[in-house]
Amino acid sequence: MEAARNAREAAPRSPAALSAELSDARLVAACRGGDEQAWGTLVERFSRYVYAIAVQAFRLPQQDAEDVFQEVFARVFERLDTLREDDAVRPWIAQLTRRLCIDRLRAGSREVVADTEELPDGPDEDVLAQLEEAFDVHDALARLSENCRDILDRFFARDESYRAIGDALELPAGTIASRISRCLVKLREEIDPEARPENR
Amino acid sequence: MSGYDIERLSRLIGMLPPAPAAWRRAARELPRARRELDGIVERAEADAEFRRALIADLENALRAEGVEPTTWPLLDELRRRVDVLQPYVALARHDVDHAVGLFTS
Repeated sequence: MEAARNAREAAPRSPAALSAELSDARLVAACRGGDEQAWGTLVERFSRYVYAIAVQAFRLPQQDAEDVFQEVFARVFERLDTLREDDAVRPWIAQLTRRLCIDRLRAGSREVVADTEELPDGPDEDVLAQLEEAFDVHDALARLSENCRDILDRFFARDESYRAIGDALELPAGTIASRISRCLVKLREEIDPEARPENR
Repeated sequence: MSGYDIERLSRLIGMLPPAPAAWRRAARELPRARRELDGIVERAEADAEFRRALIADLENALRAEGVEPTTWPLLDELRRRVDVLQPYVALARHDVDHAVGLFTS
């Protein structure tokens, strides 16, 4: 059983995993060349990041966050040609998202408290810093096997129960906890090669 | 990146939940929507009847073109671009005063 599991975890990369291996620079170049599949990959790569900045760091309500989200990707799509360095797409998207969130907060505060000069609260800088780390962790997660990626994402990011994960992945619910634990170890080793047994 | 204990890793994974599927779908469809928008505007510039229909009832004119406005990501932009065409519709109706008003507003 262990061997079968290891074989599954070392299975060939899915299209999602392969796209995760595409560098930001190559992805941007493909999008600029009109590759619509690459555009879809770019949206998937950064959608969580944009969403988290709007909702967690700026605490925008869902409707405002949706407007910001759509505006960010519309501007990225329109202005990809203006990006000076293709591998700087992530800080560019982050900056664009922050600016649009601030605009949204200012517009909201003008409507609500038109008679004061107070600006709304800015972003939570600690959260913004943690989101950068979280993005790097998700990058590393994308390099793991599909099994590990799926199970960790479902449990921690999608908040699914053992039962729901077991049903979705056709795995006994009783094995989910141990799989999560093993996959977390693999993720740590992916991020920090020093943590690998052969390097200890 | 080092010093990641399991608890911290778990928390960081959880910090990036997926954005709602409908938002992502709309963003992924931008290239197609952009082509549709360009086609609609081009036709509106060339076809007075279509231009009038768009200005009179944008949503229904879009539906007639096979575009569902409620989920179409560039509706606001189209609205802005159709607004620009309004003075030309007034001019075509020989409603010069209205056209001048729209041009200068």
